Amino acid sequence: MKVEQISIFIENKSGRLAEVTGILGENGINIRALSLADTSDFGILRLIVDDSKKALKVLKEQKFTVSITQVIGVAVPDSPGGLSSILRTLDQHNVNVEYMYAFVERSGDNAVIIFRFDDVDEAIAALTQSGVKILPGHKITSI
Amino acid sequence: MIWNNDFETLPREALESLQLKRLQQTVEKVYATVPFYRKSFDQWGIKPAHIKTLDDLRRLPFTLKQDMRDSYPYGLFAVPLEQIVRIHASSGTTGKPTVVGYSRRDIENWTEMVARSFVAAGAHQGDIIHNAYGYGLFTGGLGAHYGAERIGASVIPMSGGNTKKQLMIMQDFGSTVLTCTPSYSLYLAEVAAEEKIDIRSLKLKVGIFGAEPWSEKMRQEIETKLNIKAIDIYGLSEILGPGVGIECIEAQNGLHIWEDHFIPEIINPDTGEVLPDGEKGELVITTITKEGIPLIRYRTRDITRLTKEPCICGRTHARIERLSGRSDDMLIIRGVNVFPSQIESVLFAIDGIEPHYQLIVERDGKLDTLEVQVEVHEHTFSDEVKVLQGLSNKIRKDIKDLLGVTCNVRLVEPKSIARSEGKARRVIDNRPKES
Repeated sequence: MKVEQISIFIENKSGRLAEVTGILGENGINIRALSLADTSDFGILRLIVDDSKKALKVLKEQKFTVSITQVIGVAVPDSPGGLSSILRTLDQHNVNVEYMYAFVERSGDNAVIIFRFDDVDEAIAALTQSGVKILPGHKITSI
Repeated sequence: MIWNNDFETLPREALESLQLKRLQQTVEKVYATVPFYRKSFDQWGIKPAHIKTLDDLRRLPFTLKQDMRDSYPYGLFAVPLEQIVRIHASSGTTGKPTVVGYSRRDIENWTEMVARSFVAAGAHQGDIIHNAYGYGLFTGGLGAHYGAERIGASVIPMSGGNTKKQLMIMQDFGSTVLTCTPSYSLYLAEVAAEEKIDIRSLKLKVGIFGAEPWSEKMRQEIETKLNIKAIDIYGLSEILGPGVGIECIEAQNGLHIWEDHFIPEIINPDTGEVLPDGEKGELVITTITKEGIPLIRYRTRDITRLTKEPCICGRTHARIERLSGRSDDMLIIRGVNVFPSQIESVLFAIDGIEPHYQLIVERDGKLDTLEVQVEVHEHTFSDEVKVLQGLSNKIRKDIKDLLGVTCNVRLVEPKSIARSEGKARRVIDNRPKES
């Protein structure tokens, strides 16, 4: 159920993002979803790609600091209140969200939310119990 | 092991009477042959005959680095050029380099002192000494080379640079002793890791590191990463080159200064007053056997303390504490004295921090600002902003707690801080120079 997310440390310097995406492109790696957390000095680029092992390898070769984190993807009905009910469920189970980002599925029926939890397993249990649909990893990486 | 038992374990009384005799000869010699000294002694109303005891040394004026620059290139030589067999020069980051000349006997004495130093560091005949100090005008390469040959070791004259080749030679030739700057040893370890070479499993057992100040934490880092004993060697080109002093492997507690060739003193750098043993101040060295360029009370700008307490290794020569920095490396930031080595110890005390950092000093209006740049590597990286910010906050707080100075911490990408193959450039001071 978990998805591998690649995180990359990026200094706030012009052209760095383009370098990362360039490396991925040259190696035929497709980006499925991304989010950039930034501070005044640095940013953390988080990516879901179709081949995370390969992405890790090629970025490391280019001397980037990279790590892999387990996140989960949840399909949320693309209608008002969709996200709200999921967050309420998490709150009721005392599960903390470290961060999240969203994108819309190609078919357009569902939004996909990527969640990073402190304790992934606990979060999965809480969501499953409440009938929330967690997307299998391969489904997200092949969107 | 002791290379020259007679001299290295000479009882202090005999050592000091030898020092007095040699000091008197040196003072007479420079007064007679070096116009700079004749003039400055005359100004101070000092004659060589006034030097009757070792304590009289403090009556003599200091020699400054600037005096050497002013005498560029040969003004302080005490013998005619035809007696000089070697010329070296310091790196001279600002303007002209300082030039030093060696007579045949100077080279012989230097070789002897490096031989003593290497044996004290645990090297001996049969060792393969991988000498990665730069060969050239810099004294490191040739100085270490001659001493290494003298003890009968096999010397590989690598010089600096070409790091991958250094690693290949180290593996294939079975180097057992590494001589280079401490920062370069860590760079070797880093490149080895990239090349998938297990540097810890090589035959290296000892590293003899000098030419830049380094902290105790950095020593631990080197010892762990390379699986060797890391020994501190002291030297400066004005006085000799490497081999002025060495840590003995038995104690690893202070560096013995070869007192049959030098007289060390510690002074208050502001007043010039001589401080008692054990107090921290600037190291001043008088050479008492040098022919080419004898120096009287040369101010090294190195900050340390001196002890004449007996050492467990049996050597009777005084020891200086490992350098806490060079007085001209010292940064004054908003009135606070900061040595790069102090910041280094803060960084190395934090788990996972790599030994690559740089200090950037700027002036923002009237205020000095210090930025500490630290590389983020796998062990310290996190996909969460708060973890990385926690890291920079911790560094900032630890520096503030230890040094009382506020700084900005900037986390930077790996390899964005330039690696040195010689002396590491730790400080970039962009403040306008006082006129």
